[in-house]
Amino acid sequence: MNALPLLSLIIFVPWAGAVLLACLPRLGAPASRALALGFSLSTLALTLAALGSFDPATTGYQFVERHDWIRALHVHYHLGLDGLSLLLVLLTGLLSPLCLLASWRTVAEARFFGLLFLLLQGAALGVFLALDFFHWFIFWELSLIPAYFLIRLWGGPGAARAGYQFVIYTIGGSAFLLLGFAAIFAATGSLDFVELSSLGATGALGGKLASLGGIWPQAVFLGVFLGFAVKVPLFPFHTWLPATYAEAPTGVSMFLTGVMSKMGVYGFIRVLWPLFPGPLHAAAGPLLWFALGGVVLGAFAAMRQTDLKRMIAYSSVNHLSYCLLALFAVSVATGSSRPASEAAAAALSGTLLQVFNHGISAAALFYCAGVLESRAGGRRGLNDFGGVRSAAPVFAGLCGIALFASLGLPGLNGFVGEFLIFRGVWGLAPWAAAVACLGLFATAWFLLTFWQRVFHGPRAGAAAGPFADLSGLDFAVLVPLVALMFLLGVLPHLLTGLFNPLITSWANHLVLP
Amino acid sequence: MIDAAHLWLIPALPLLAAGIGALTPRSGRRLASGAAIAAMAGAFLLSCLALQRALADPAAHLYANFTWFELGDGAVRLGWLLDPLNAFMCVMVTFVSLLIFIFSLGYMKEDANFKQFFCFLSLFAAAMLGVIVANSLLLLFISWELVGVASYLLIGFWFHKPAAAAAAKKAFLTTRIGDLGFLLGLVWLYDATGSLLLFDGGHGVLESGVLGDLATQVLASGLAVPTAISLLIFCGAAGKSGQFPLHVWLPDAMEGPTPVSALIHAATMVAAGVFLVARVFPLFAADQVLAAGPLHALTVVAAIGAITALLGAVIAVAQDDLKRVLAFSTVSQLGYMMLALGVGSWVGAIFHLLTHAFFKALLFLGAGSVIHAAHHEQDIRRLGGLSRSMRTTFVTFAVGMMALAGVPFVFSGFWSKEAILHAASEWDVSHLPFYATLIGVVLTAFYMTRLLCEVFRGAPRSPAAAHAHESPRVMTIPLAVLAIGAVALGFLGTPVWPWLQSRLTGTPIPARPLLEGGGLMGLSIVLVALGLGAGWALYGRRVRLTATAPDPLAAAAPRTWAFLGDRMKFDSLYAATLVRLNAFVAALADFLDRRVWGSAVGFLARFAEFTGVVNSEFDDGALNGGFNAASEDIRRTGRAYSRAQTGETHGYLRTLAIAFVALALLVLLGGVR
Amino acid sequence: MSPLQFCLIFSGVLFSVGLAGALARSNAILVLLGIELMLNAANLNFIAFWRYGPASAPATGVIFVIFSIAVTAAETAVGLALVIAIHRHQRSIRLQEATRLKG
Repeated sequence: MNALPLLSLIIFVPWAGAVLLACLPRLGAPASRALALGFSLSTLALTLAALGSFDPATTGYQFVERHDWIRALHVHYHLGLDGLSLLLVLLTGLLSPLCLLASWRTVAEARFFGLLFLLLQGAALGVFLALDFFHWFIFWELSLIPAYFLIRLWGGPGAARAGYQFVIYTIGGSAFLLLGFAAIFAATGSLDFVELSSLGATGALGGKLASLGGIWPQAVFLGVFLGFAVKVPLFPFHTWLPATYAEAPTGVSMFLTGVMSKMGVYGFIRVLWPLFPGPLHAAAGPLLWFALGGVVLGAFAAMRQTDLKRMIAYSSVNHLSYCLLALFAVSVATGSSRPASEAAAAALSGTLLQVFNHGISAAALFYCAGVLESRAGGRRGLNDFGGVRSAAPVFAGLCGIALFASLGLPGLNGFVGEFLIFRGVWGLAPWAAAVACLGLFATAWFLLTFWQRVFHGPRAGAAAGPFADLSGLDFAVLVPLVALMFLLGVLPHLLTGLFNPLITSWANHLVLP
Repeated sequence: MIDAAHLWLIPALPLLAAGIGALTPRSGRRLASGAAIAAMAGAFLLSCLALQRALADPAAHLYANFTWFELGDGAVRLGWLLDPLNAFMCVMVTFVSLLIFIFSLGYMKEDANFKQFFCFLSLFAAAMLGVIVANSLLLLFISWELVGVASYLLIGFWFHKPAAAAAAKKAFLTTRIGDLGFLLGLVWLYDATGSLLLFDGGHGVLESGVLGDLATQVLASGLAVPTAISLLIFCGAAGKSGQFPLHVWLPDAMEGPTPVSALIHAATMVAAGVFLVARVFPLFAADQVLAAGPLHALTVVAAIGAITALLGAVIAVAQDDLKRVLAFSTVSQLGYMMLALGVGSWVGAIFHLLTHAFFKALLFLGAGSVIHAAHHEQDIRRLGGLSRSMRTTFVTFAVGMMALAGVPFVFSGFWSKEAILHAASEWDVSHLPFYATLIGVVLTAFYMTRLLCEVFRGAPRSPAAAHAHESPRVMTIPLAVLAIGAVALGFLGTPVWPWLQSRLTGTPIPARPLLEGGGLMGLSIVLVALGLGAGWALYGRRVRLTATAPDPLAAAAPRTWAFLGDRMKFDSLYAATLVRLNAFVAALADFLDRRVWGSAVGFLARFAEFTGVVNSEFDDGALNGGFNAASEDIRRTGRAYSRAQTGETHGYLRTLAIAFVALALLVLLGGVR
Repeated sequence: MSPLQFCLIFSGVLFSVGLAGALARSNAILVLLGIELMLNAANLNFIAFWRYGPASAPATGVIFVIFSIAVTAAETAVGLALVIAIHRHQRSIRLQEATRLKG
């Protein structure tokens, strides 16, 4: 037990900031921006403090806080941090201030924006740290509300519809999730992820669910699966994503793709996989095809987009599908006779690296699209630009780095994760790796097309007239992201060191109950 | 004395220069170019030291491995390798790059993005050197991809030209197709052996123990695992080295500045594929022990090499662009190298690679000098007569041309091509590659003669050519140095004194008397003479008079000429098939997304709405209906009663009085007590 | 005629006069006066029954009457206040016109 409730602080300091902003209705825009940024930065500071005393060699949870909450329902207030959560909290801490900075100038009603954003940030952090379904689900759902208003109030012309679609679709998924956990609670009397994982590892969970009735184990698995699949999103549950990402304001798009899409992947790894190793193994064969669909069709669909933000949104579908591909491949191979712990370790490490790296590169790309959009007065079509590199060489350089990071250029962050995923998936399900190569190729194709149309050639479209290069604010957002791309591309052990023992222990215990 | 552990300095120096170049402002031309050239010179010196160290013990593979990051119970490890193969490549690459850098000082002088150019050049050189000194296929792949991106930046350097931007994209994507094969080969190899280190104290993938294990694994289809892995890796090599059918990017890449063409197409990037196969040659040869295997990796390599050698030479005959001729000649020469690898003579391939690097860099830089002088006129029909105005360029270009054509005894190309012919003639699988090389020899001599005659002989056929004058010293001195190399290098590997071969293999190779394979050598001399003679007869004796006059061959066979001029329509073929297929899949994916998945979700939403409507109707009709009726009754009653409240006080009083009287009467008369 | 009968007849007359006044007048103050008369008739009855009644408990009637007078005073005050309020609203205290609170 830590004397200081560090994890609670991580979650609730942003919320405290939101409350403070709510209590100061007459605060001016600059002051409220600064206040929101300060509270948003607290996550990074606190996470770094946690990092200082975090012991990567321990595979269990650290900084655990566990208090009785609702005795009648066996609900505990239970927070804990392991390598996986630490990675995601770190990502949130890094990205959130940048997202706020990205909306620094462009957003009207800065106080309300900051308030909603801090609410969103706290909720996302809660999802990554909560270990009891009860408040985990509260955080999970609570993140939707500020996200909806952020999209709705500051988004583009189609934002009303997109936000509505986003919320309804996601809540639809969550409803199944909630039902699934209601059944789990009925069968086991517990909502604690740790307890449930140990039940899942021994197979007792399936047995208890079966006691409710014949079809329940499958139904519960399906419900929980749907909840996460919509959130990630897994192909073909992704149709809400392009419209939402495209219509949201830039800073929010960055957060949505950088952090919120990771909530789904986190759910897969933290909840679905440990709780239902058996059913997931049984379903993983077909699910591999879904993930491949996301990898390949996501990339090809991106090729057809003329809206830059939609294109980047589809590339997010593609990139996140790699994570699920690796997870499903691990699941397919679970319990097989062939010893595959090395490949599984590679696949899982690749997944976690990809989660982090995609957050960084996609956020940078969305910001670049936002820069183009703001310079072009709201236009962001592929054909609205030309020769931007002549007009704004520095911007072109930084955007190019983000782009190559996104297509997995070695030396930048994206490569290591993708390489490990391919290495792992090849060892577990070779044909899937071979098919996924198509996605890699298509990604390179459409990203280079984007680059060629917008940046190369003679100056045209919105770049024909005066086109300002990056401002100091733009530098403040892009330079940290680009620096991270280089840093993590060259020194991936900065991240893998945090979770490698955890991954190793997972990979060495791949047995079916 | 330099050791393998210090080898990282060789790529690190140009990388540092690239970093400096990236961070200096646009006006820092001298700083960027100075840093690049100084770093390259430093790398060259280090490479010479490394070569000295490697030659001290040519049979040894010195390596220094280190852990990149921990993974599971193991770790991902990388390393540096030093042996004669690496060291020779390093020296060649740094030396040729240095000359090209110096040449660029003059060639790019007027470009606005001068400092950026040197930044990219340094990045490119760093990546290429990384490929060479890597002791891990993973590190090699990382550098390999960086070579790809640096070449992308360089080919598209004049990005405001749409053609250059398109060519850069095409180069990157075409090589990426190969690279994906390479990546799969890599992960397969990693999975099968648990390591990607080339040499690692007995556990490296090129060491006999691991290869022996690997060779015993056979796939269900009968294909040996090392064969499959080798072929996948060969995809990468074919992409980078412009082998059929992935050669299409290479001619387009001429859109880059000419020093870039020299760097990419002569010394470095295209040589990377050949180097890769030579580097992992034991892996490619591992399946040779399986006599029953359906396919040997090296057979495929030889076949692809032969096709490419022939194809490139044939197409080069009908090109009218100065740089395109050289580009297809590069394709053809790379085919020779691959063929040499395929027939088992990796030493011959490397020998040709080294000599080719010199004379092809020379030719490209010579072409650059011509283009620079003729104000970016590259069409050989519009040049001509430059031998008088550009004497140094002419002489050095002629040296390069004769080296490429394989003019006997003096020029390096003769000796290295001879080694390849010799190896091909001794290959016992098939003689077809050998015949292909023989045809290639004639064609090479022919099209190079044509090129030389068209560009330098006769009278200038355009104002630009007429006003051309010799390039500055900073450009001609590198030409002269390369010309010396193009002659001298050949003597390192003659059959009489096979110094290079014995150093590369680490085992002494007995010298053969010059006349032992005399028949073959005589044949090759005759073929070269035939090609030169035919070229002279068609283009030298009767020089072209006007830019529009038809080519003698075009007049003879116009359709074939047009077909070849259109590069055998490969680009059209790919545009009609692959690009269209790609667009189709993209459209399909988009359609699925918008129509099918979108509609499915839309249908669910409609269904939910429908359920909602039904539900609300039921609620309104049945449940709420009864409740509403009851409420309405109560309201009506209330309304009726409220009518009694007239608000007239007298009315109330009257009612009171009447009620009082009535009450009193009731009490009195009814006897209520 | 016994004193009790006399008192009852007197109070009956008084009551009738009050009732007639309350019903017949339209001025709200006069109606209030009528009501006061009726109350006083009732008070008179209390005193009469206490004084001449069969089982006279000590001081019961007087207490009743004092209580009643106090309540009446309060009620009259409220009544007059209402009258003033009505007067303010419609510049008249004719009861026929004060019908706004009808149901």
